[in-house]
Amino acid sequence: MKLIKTLMTTTAVTVVAGAVSAQEMADDMTIVSWGGAYQNSQLKAYVEPYQEMNPDVNVVWDESSNEAVAKLRAMNEAGNITWDLVDVVAADAIRLCDEGLAMEYEPDELLAEGDDGTSAEDDFGDLIVSDCFIPQIVYSTTAAYRADLLPDGAEAPDSICAFFDTETYPGKRALERRPINNMEWALLCDGVAKDEIYDVLATEEGQQQALDKLDTIKDETVWWSAAAEPPQLLADGEVVMASSYNGRWFSAIEEQGQDFEMLWDAQVFDLDGWIIPTGLSEERLARVKDFVKFATDTQRLADQAKYISYGPARQSSAPLVGQHAELGIDMAPHMPTDPENAKNTFVYNYEFWADYRDDIDAKFQSWLAQ
Amino acid sequence: MTDNTAGPDHITGPTPDNALRDADRAAAGGPMLAADGTPLKKSLARALRRQKLRALGLIAPLLIFVLITFVIPIGDMLLRSIKNDIVADTLPRTVQSLSDWDAEAQDLPGEDVWTDFYIDMWFAAERKEHTRLGTRLNYELTGVSSLFRKTGRRVDRFDTDIYTDQFIALDPGWEEPQTWAAMLGDGPASDVLPLTAGAWEDWKAFNVEEGDKVLEEDVPDLMYTALYHELSQGADVSGLSDRLAAAGEAVGGFETVSLREQFADADEDWLDPEVWQIIQLYSPRVTPGYFANAADMQVTPDGVEARPENQRIYGMLFQRTLFMSLMITGSCILLGYPVAWLLANLPMRTANLLMILVLLPFWTSLLVRTSAWKVMLQQQGVINDVLVWLGLVADDARLTMINNQFGTIVAMTHILLPFMILPMYSVMQTIPPSYLRAAKSLGATNWTAFWRVYFPQSVPGIGAGSILVFILAIGYYITPEIVGGNTGTFISNRIAYHISSSLNWGLAAALGSILLVVVLVLYWAYDKIVGIDNVKLG
Repeated sequence: MKLIKTLMTTTAVTVVAGAVSAQEMADDMTIVSWGGAYQNSQLKAYVEPYQEMNPDVNVVWDESSNEAVAKLRAMNEAGNITWDLVDVVAADAIRLCDEGLAMEYEPDELLAEGDDGTSAEDDFGDLIVSDCFIPQIVYSTTAAYRADLLPDGAEAPDSICAFFDTETYPGKRALERRPINNMEWALLCDGVAKDEIYDVLATEEGQQQALDKLDTIKDETVWWSAAAEPPQLLADGEVVMASSYNGRWFSAIEEQGQDFEMLWDAQVFDLDGWIIPTGLSEERLARVKDFVKFATDTQRLADQAKYISYGPARQSSAPLVGQHAELGIDMAPHMPTDPENAKNTFVYNYEFWADYRDDIDAKFQSWLAQ
Repeated sequence: MTDNTAGPDHITGPTPDNALRDADRAAAGGPMLAADGTPLKKSLARALRRQKLRALGLIAPLLIFVLITFVIPIGDMLLRSIKNDIVADTLPRTVQSLSDWDAEAQDLPGEDVWTDFYIDMWFAAERKEHTRLGTRLNYELTGVSSLFRKTGRRVDRFDTDIYTDQFIALDPGWEEPQTWAAMLGDGPASDVLPLTAGAWEDWKAFNVEEGDKVLEEDVPDLMYTALYHELSQGADVSGLSDRLAAAGEAVGGFETVSLREQFADADEDWLDPEVWQIIQLYSPRVTPGYFANAADMQVTPDGVEARPENQRIYGMLFQRTLFMSLMITGSCILLGYPVAWLLANLPMRTANLLMILVLLPFWTSLLVRTSAWKVMLQQQGVINDVLVWLGLVADDARLTMINNQFGTIVAMTHILLPFMILPMYSVMQTIPPSYLRAAKSLGATNWTAFWRVYFPQSVPGIGAGSILVFILAIGYYITPEIVGGNTGTFISNRIAYHISSSLNWGLAAALGSILLVVVLVLYWAYDKIVGIDNVKLG
């Protein structure tokens, strides 16, 4: 009898222990990011402090954010999700959410409230552009130019329309090989009012108008596909002005000492953040949630700005942005959101491009190839 | 080897096949028996079968490996170019009731379709499948993506709760899930009310998926809507149950809500017949749409027609890919032949050194080599600088040699050159130098000796190298992406875009299938013209 009792108790204990360990958090976590300076800023600001608090946690990086959507879809079809947390731009997060590949979440449940006590939902505000998207930073696609390559006597350009003014600013320009941003800039410089741009771009005539405008500089344009190209093209003197992400410009100008000037006019704000893939096991999900709560709190988001010039997505983080960790310069003036830089801005229109991307892209590529 | 492959009629001797034939002949005059008494024919057939099985067993691991890792995935990918299950799976009822809608008439579908569509959309939105469907249809009609996303957010807040309220006001029993379960279980009611019964089945299945118990959940508005719809259409429920009969009589006086207006309220694009045409057009589980798209055409209610001029790209890209791959193969032959000849004819030590130089690029990363060409060819690059310094080119008229076709051909020729040189070299090595000497001693000039004696023997090497280089070039992707600019990109760059960026895998699969067929046709043509036996890889 006693033996049976003991046996039963042990079994019960084992069962309970098993149940408890199922609630525990996994020790391994695979984080997908962009590589380079950006991933480094995440390592310094989020992962290293987190690992200090949780020494057992082992983080593996996968630099696949570029192809995250396609790879996640493939993993999902194979039924084997190997990623725990994926860093993607907002447009990709929306598509992953649409495809059911990213997990929907409740901001106030998953994310910590701001330092000043505002709820997470209010602190991130409009930047939660999708039910699956956990915002991290605000970046912008903006321009830079080489003052020393401008013709003698030419004034420094102060408008994005300098790209279309080949008389005042001769030489080649570099633009991204996709319609997004370029079509907007073309219309803006063709005299379309800023708040009507997407209405115009939704029509056949508007799309043609934008392409016609781009046609005026087609032969003068080098089209890039990787964001590392434009700083290189500008440094080599291949082009006189180029578009890229503001963090790339910061790193070229401040960290590598290149002699470029920023042209913030009509910069296009975009967001980058996390998504949690659907289909994670309980343990892994618990770990990821714990990490995300830590990595998106007010202080951590402000910390990231010490390493890269992207604006934190939380309002409460903005006052905490300080100096660059190595260069010791003030980061605020280099933020796309700095009032001095943000006099004339666009915000990436996710809804519009989700609808029109395929259509306009076909026209854009066809136009490029002619 | 059996009759089919080896041509046994040409083989004489005691092969199993011949023995079988002998046995056949002998059988005419009575069965010939083996030592153990079984007919010889049978015993031989058994031996032969055993041999075949053993052979199959030996290659089985490789066969299975190739099947699993190569044939099945590629086949699966190619099938995506015609597969189109998503519409029929997500909107099963709509697809059915829309099949007799006349798209030509430009009228909107009737209330039947709207009810079906409401039920389908409700489940799709709960399961988060509507956005995926929207993305799929957005490939065909711009704007459908946001149409589905917007509607999905609204569909569970439609004003259809007025039916719920009216049914419950009529008889509080309608509020109980048990009422519905009893009514729509096995019984005549489910035959009379197919739509309601089907919706109930889906609702039960949905609760199982969610891990909920259907009898504890509130009955959703869509059930009342479905029931109202069927009752108001005159479903005969008189003999079924009192509650149902009472409802059947009362619905005539119900306050109604138009689903069409509800949808139009969510997004007025639902009133655009074009949206319904696209849904109808893409209802079948197999679609020619992707292939039409890959051929710069589109599927319309009137059949397949060409796309507008400003959206055609793929035909041009296929042509360009073929043309440039041929150019690259040609320049590889021109550049590779002399090198291979040198390698084959120099003394061993020098040849080895040269060989290392040929192989060196093989050991360097593809990206490094491509980027090196960028540095060489760009306008502020090495070659332009030298030309300007020599005074051959004016400083303000530097040559454009990169980000165009020229740059792509140069960089890819360099990268693919070893694939041409190596097969050529291995063939040339086997050509005895005495043949050339013999030709010359018989009075041939250098040129005649080369052209009539040496070159024909080296053709298999050229053939092998050309096939390798051409097939590699036609699927090349990374080099054209980096140095191709606008005029030097290949079809594979678009395939990559659709795989990793636009997520239109169906179109990517269709483009890939076409590329595969083109390569196979060219291979066949090559076999007809040159003969594949004339290819020697080593």
